[in-house]
Amino acid sequence: MSDSSFSYHSLRRRPNLRSSITGQVSESARGMSRILLQRVARGGAAASSFRHLQNVTRAYSSAAKEMTVRDALNSALDEEMAADPRVFLMGEEVGEYQGAYKISKGLLEKYGPERVIDTPITEAGFAGIGVGAAYKGLRPIVEFMTFNFAMQAIDQVINSAGKSNYMSAGQLPVSIVFRGPNGAAAGVGAQHSQCYAAWYSSCPGLKVLSPYSSEDARGLLKAAIRDPDPVVFLEHELVYGDSFPVSAEALDPNFCLPIGKAKIEQQGKDVTITAFSRMVGYALKAAEVLAKEGISAEVINLLSIRPLDRATINESVRKTNRLVTVEEGFPQHGVGAEICASVVEESFEYLDAPVERIANADVPMPYATNLERMAVPQVEDIVRAAKRACYRSVPMAATA
Amino acid sequence: MSSAFSAAKIIQPLNFAATIRSIDRPLFDSLKSIPTTPFLGSIHKLRHPSDPNSCSQHRRSGSIVAGVSDVVQEKKHKSASPDSNLLITKQEGLELYEDLILGRSFEDMCAQMYYRGKMFGFVHLYNGQEAVSTGFIKLLRNEDCVVSTYRDHVHALSKGVPARAVMSELFGKTTGCCRGQGGSMHMFSKEHNLLGGFAFIGEGIPVAIGAAFTVKYKREVLNESCDQVTVAFFGDGTCNNGQFFECLNMASLWKLPIVFVVENNLWAIGMSHLRATSVPEIWKKGPAFGMPGVHVDGMDVLKVREVAKEAIARARRGEGPTLVECETYRFRGHSLADPDELRDPAEKGHYAARDPITALKKYLRENNLANEAELKAIEKQIDDIVEDAVEFADQSPFPTRQQLLENVFADPKGFGIGPDGRYRCEDPKFTEGTAAV
Repeated sequence: MSDSSFSYHSLRRRPNLRSSITGQVSESARGMSRILLQRVARGGAAASSFRHLQNVTRAYSSAAKEMTVRDALNSALDEEMAADPRVFLMGEEVGEYQGAYKISKGLLEKYGPERVIDTPITEAGFAGIGVGAAYKGLRPIVEFMTFNFAMQAIDQVINSAGKSNYMSAGQLPVSIVFRGPNGAAAGVGAQHSQCYAAWYSSCPGLKVLSPYSSEDARGLLKAAIRDPDPVVFLEHELVYGDSFPVSAEALDPNFCLPIGKAKIEQQGKDVTITAFSRMVGYALKAAEVLAKEGISAEVINLLSIRPLDRATINESVRKTNRLVTVEEGFPQHGVGAEICASVVEESFEYLDAPVERIANADVPMPYATNLERMAVPQVEDIVRAAKRACYRSVPMAATA
Repeated sequence: MSSAFSAAKIIQPLNFAATIRSIDRPLFDSLKSIPTTPFLGSIHKLRHPSDPNSCSQHRRSGSIVAGVSDVVQEKKHKSASPDSNLLITKQEGLELYEDLILGRSFEDMCAQMYYRGKMFGFVHLYNGQEAVSTGFIKLLRNEDCVVSTYRDHVHALSKGVPARAVMSELFGKTTGCCRGQGGSMHMFSKEHNLLGGFAFIGEGIPVAIGAAFTVKYKREVLNESCDQVTVAFFGDGTCNNGQFFECLNMASLWKLPIVFVVENNLWAIGMSHLRATSVPEIWKKGPAFGMPGVHVDGMDVLKVREVAKEAIARARRGEGPTLVECETYRFRGHSLADPDELRDPAEKGHYAARDPITALKKYLRENNLANEAELKAIEKQIDDIVEDAVEFADQSPFPTRQQLLENVFADPKGFGIGPDGRYRCEDPKFTEGTAAV
C-alpha cells in the first residue's frame, strides 16, 4: 500500500453544498487576508516584505545568484563567527573533517581549533558543555551529526537548555543553537532516519526551526545564532546539495528571517498545503501537478515549527477551506497533528472538508529502496490527499 | 606541590590498612544477615574500621586516608611544635563553624517546614555532608562557579545565597532566588555563580565543564584574563553514569579548570554503592582518564579543606581537573519522602559519631581557637538567621498569575504570533496572564 496518509475521512464524505456561500466568504476573506498580509509584511522586518514580493513575482525576478543550502549554511556560520567572537562551533567532525556533511568547511582554517572544536563521541557531554558555556555568556553552536544521535543528549537539550531560563527565573538564559540534519536520508535504515521536529516542538522553552531553501537556511540560522534562547535547528541531508536562487538582500551579512513567521511559497485558492524542510519541495511539485488538474494549491513553508505560525496557517485555511499537512515524521502526535488541531479549533466553520495529514508510514524506516519509497511521503501522496480534500477522488476501499 | 597529585603516585595507595572500603574485607559485622547471590556479590555495607577508638584519630588533622595529599602529611611530619600544626586560624575556624551550623540548622528547619506542609514536592537534605560543602566552597571566590545536584540547599548557602532567598524558594514564593519557579532541586544564582540545581544525576557535570570551558575560551579566544575555577558536586550513584565518564574524558583532554567532587555517601536512594559498582573506589577512576584521583574523609572539614586547596589551586594554575572522592554520609534519608529502611542502624550510628560539626567543635576547643561562649554565640546567630528566613518566606507573596508565562524565553517573541497577526507577547492580556494560553 502506497498511501502513507490516514484515510478515515473517506467514510465521512459530505456533499459540497456550501460552495456558493463559501465563495462569498472566501472573497471577503481573501480581501481581508490581502490587507492583513500587507500589514504583517510592512510591520515585520524588511526582509519578510521583500520576500513576500519575491514570492509573488517569483517567475519574474532576476535573482542572479544560486547557492546550495550547504553553502548557505556555511556562509551563515562564517559570518556569524566573524561578527561575534563569542560564537563557537562544537561537534563531531566539524573541524579537521570539514564537517560530516561539509557544512563547516573551511571554518577550522579560518577560526582555529579554539573556536571550531572537534569533540569525542559524547553527545550528552558536549551538549551540556554548550549549555554551561551559554550560562557564562558564550554563544555556542552545537552540531549533532544527525538528530538521531541527539537522542543521547536530549536531556541536555530539553532539561538544561530548554528549561534553565524558566527555572532560574530569567537569570540564566541559554543562547545556544543545536543544529544538524534531521529526517530521512537515502537507505540509511531505521535508526538514522527519524524526524524529531514533533519531539522538540512540544517542549516549551525551545524554539524549533526548519529551513527549506538556501535563503531560508541563511536567514534562519543567522536568526537562531543571534537569538537569546535555545534553538533546535533542523536541517535536511537530502537538501544540502540543492541549489536555490538567492537575492542580493539575502547575501547581506545582517540578513535574518523572523522566528515564528511562516512563508507562503505559492499562493492558491483551493487547498492549503503546509510543509517544512524537504517536504516543501514535494508540496511545490504536488501543487504543479494539481494545477494541471485545475486545483490551485497554496503552499505554506512553516519555517518555524515552534513557535508555529498559526495565524498564517489559519488565515490560509479560511481562504481555501481545505487543509493538507505534510511532514516526514511519524504520524501520531506529529507536527501535522498539531496543525490540524489548531485549524479545527480556530477555523472550524471555514473547513469544507476534513483535514488531511500526510506523514511517514507508521513503521520504523525500512532499508529496501522500494519499501523506503513507500514509507516516505511522495508527491503522489500529497496530490491524492489534496484531491481527496477537494472531493475529486474515489474513496479508498480500505484505510491504512 | 603538583607531585602530590601526580597520577602515578595515586594509583598506589599508601596505606590500605586504614582504608575504609573494601569489597573483600568485611570490616564490621552486619547485624542483619544479607543473602549473597552470585550476581550481586556480597552486600557489604561496611567501610568503617572495627576499632571505634581509631575514629578519634581521624578527627585530628593528622593521618589522612589512603591516596591523599602527601603534602599535608609532609607538613605534619615537618612541624615541630603543636601550634604550627594548626591548619586554620581562629578567624577561619569560626567561619567554617558558622557555615557548618548554618547548613545543619537550615536543613533541620526544612524538615520541620516540610512536615508542617509549608514545603512540598521533593526535598533532599544534606545533613551530615556539610563538611564537603563548607570545605570546598568556602575556598572559592565569588566568580568561581559551583554546579550541584538536587541536594543543593547547602551548596547555595555556602556559596553566599542568602538564607531568606533559599527558604522563600523552597516555600515557592516569589521572593525566592528563582522567584519560586525552580524549587528545591533547581537553585540558581547568577550573582553568586551557582549554576544549578539539576534533578537528573550527571546532568550538571557537563554544564560544569561548559563553565570551565568558557574560562579557557575567554583566555584563548577573547584574550581576557580569567582564572575562575568550577567545582562540580555529585554523588556516588552518578559515578556509574555515562555522562560522568564523558566529562572526565573531556575535562582531562582539554585540561579544563574544574574540580570534580564526589560526595560518596554510599547510598543512591536505597541502592548501596557497593551493590551497584564494579570498582567502588571512585578515586581510582581519575587516573584512568589522566587526572589525579584523591580520596578524603568527607566528615572532617579540615581534611576536605586541605585537599580542596590543592585541587582548586591546581585548576587555577591551569594544570587541569582533579577528581576528589569525599567519603561522607547523609544522616537522613534520600529525601523527606524516603522511609530510609535499608540502611543499617549501626552504620548510621558510626557516622553520627563522626559528625563534622562535633569534630570541628572539638578541634577548635582543643586547640584553643575558640571558647564555648563564642561557639554558642555563633549558634544563636544562625538560629536567628534561619528563623528570620522562615518568617520572611512565610510572609512573602505567592507568584502572581502573570509570572506563569514569564521567563520561558529570554525573547518572549518565542511565544509566536497570535490570531490577530501580532506577536503574542505584545498582547497586554497575554502578559497579564489573562489571555488563554
